[in-house]
Amino acid sequence: MENTNDIIHGEEINKPITKSILLFFSHLNEIQKFIFRFFREAFTPPYELKEIIRQCYTMGYLSLGIITLTGFITGIVFTKQSRQPPADFGATSWLPSLVSLALIRALAPLITALIAAGKIGSNIGAELGSMNVTEQIEAMEVSGTNPFNFLVVSRVLAITCTMPILMTYACFVGLMGSYLNINHNEQTSFTTFIHDAFGKITFLDIFASLFKSLLYGFTIGIAGSYLGYNAKQGTVGVGKAANTAVVVSMFLIFIEEILIVQVVNSMR
Amino acid sequence: MSTDIPYTNTKEAVIAIKNLYKSFDENKVLNGIDLELHKGENVVVLGRSGSGKSVLIKIIAGLLKPDKGIVSVFQEQIDLLNFKELQKLRLRMGFSFQSGALYDGMNVRENLEFPLVRNQRKLGRKQVNDAVEQVLHDVGLLQTINQLPSELSGGQKKRIGIARTLILKPEIMFYDEPTGGIDPITCVEINNLINKVQQQYNTSSIIITHDLTCAKTTVDRIAILSEGKITKNGSFDEVFESEDPNAKAFYNYNFIAKK
Ligand SMILES: Nc1ncnc2c1ncn2[C@@H]1O[C@H](COP(=O)(O)OP(=O)(O)OP(=O)(O)O)[C@@H](O)[C@H]1O
Ligand SMILES: [Mg+2]
Repeated sequence: MENTNDIIHGEEINKPITKSILLFFSHLNEIQKFIFRFFREAFTPPYELKEIIRQCYTMGYLSLGIITLTGFITGIVFTKQSRQPPADFGATSWLPSLVSLALIRALAPLITALIAAGKIGSNIGAELGSMNVTEQIEAMEVSGTNPFNFLVVSRVLAITCTMPILMTYACFVGLMGSYLNINHNEQTSFTTFIHDAFGKITFLDIFASLFKSLLYGFTIGIAGSYLGYNAKQGTVGVGKAANTAVVVSMFLIFIEEILIVQVVNSMR
Repeated sequence: MSTDIPYTNTKEAVIAIKNLYKSFDENKVLNGIDLELHKGENVVVLGRSGSGKSVLIKIIAGLLKPDKGIVSVFQEQIDLLNFKELQKLRLRMGFSFQSGALYDGMNVRENLEFPLVRNQRKLGRKQVNDAVEQVLHDVGLLQTINQLPSELSGGQKKRIGIARTLILKPEIMFYDEPTGGIDPITCVEINNLINKVQQQYNTSSIIITHDLTCAKTTVDRIAILSEGKITKNGSFDEVFESEDPNAKAFYNYNFIAKK
């Protein structure tokens, strides 16, 4: 574990490039082991059900407010800004399906994931990081319990399960925002709006978005836990773990988004 | 145990360390440690800050891997055990951390329950509560049961940390600076607690401290750790009547400089 921490905490700056590359790969190797360990322990008892539920609750609670705000505003603004092109053809009745396609296929999963990376990912990194530097993780270990199971597995499972729910909720408030704008301009009724909005949505769209949310949640959970669980160097390490967790998970989320879009589009 | 150290104990050794080496990159911390802990015995490890005392007991508890040498606890060589076996062995050891290491998201009750409910899943609610209250009573902090670690003083945290290890009824205790940064009166209380634990729970202990008054009241034997080796090992009087420079320095600081 010693050598891989160097790269996380920026000690590679003064090292020659070959060494940095080596560190990068040993790092990847450690992450891979970390993920394997997650799956191994997630499927073996004892299960920390109570802790998983508590984490789900905390994570939802932590990000609900900001997701409501962002989702709603995205819905309004996106509708408002997309109004002109269809309006030029007198086709504002396309707006609901346009907005809902954009929201469900791309915006809601991404917005939710980015907010979760910022709020939940950094929280996981900081929490586990500070538990690590204050010897709390070691204390769990010497008391014959399994800290990985209690701390990492429960958090990763919790965020993986919470993300699709948050994403669905973000879609919902986004559509509400959009409805507000459309109703204001076109006096469309709510039922017509919903009918139009879901007219073009396929099962594949919904499935792909739910799958993306699961994957993003898992990514954020693993990145935050890995960095926090291996944090070092006192309180500075805690800040770095939290910060790096956000940067790394956002980066990975964008890469995953690009890959999944390719795959899903080829299935249409 | 190496031959130049005039110390014998006929009782069974619960911990035996032979020729232990540990370094972190260039930093050679332990350079051939030999040490034994016998049943029912309190050993105090003295050494300057950074001499590797914490590293030593972390290796014994399996938290760090030794580079070289043999560390056996209850006749089992700890670096050869797998995770499950190690966890089982660790139930027989209690570790009181230098920082207390209380779980800061949980209150005192939950801190104490944490190891208990996970290791003895058959216990009912009432048995768990009784066990928690019993150890809290033993450390004299029953009134803090619903407080969060952030609401406790340093000395209280250490005592709760000790209580959390006692709840599993360990046979070996490690105390990492139990009296570090604590006022002299609380110090005496903690020393008394250590003695009480030894008698009541019948433990053998390794106590790390800088504080010779603590050492004097709790110790059966003193080992001085210096430059990665145990340079002196014997009873309190043996060690401090010797010419070992570290022993002299510690003695002078604690008993002469303070006058
Ligand atoms: N996990 C680690 N990684 C790298 N170096 C470490 C690690 N743990 C300890 N060290 C180094 O080992 C040496 C001994 O540390 P240790 O904590 O054992 O000292 P100590 O004797 O307990 O000191 P103190 O009385 O201040 O607690 C120090 O130089 C420290 O930097
Ligand atoms: Mg120490």
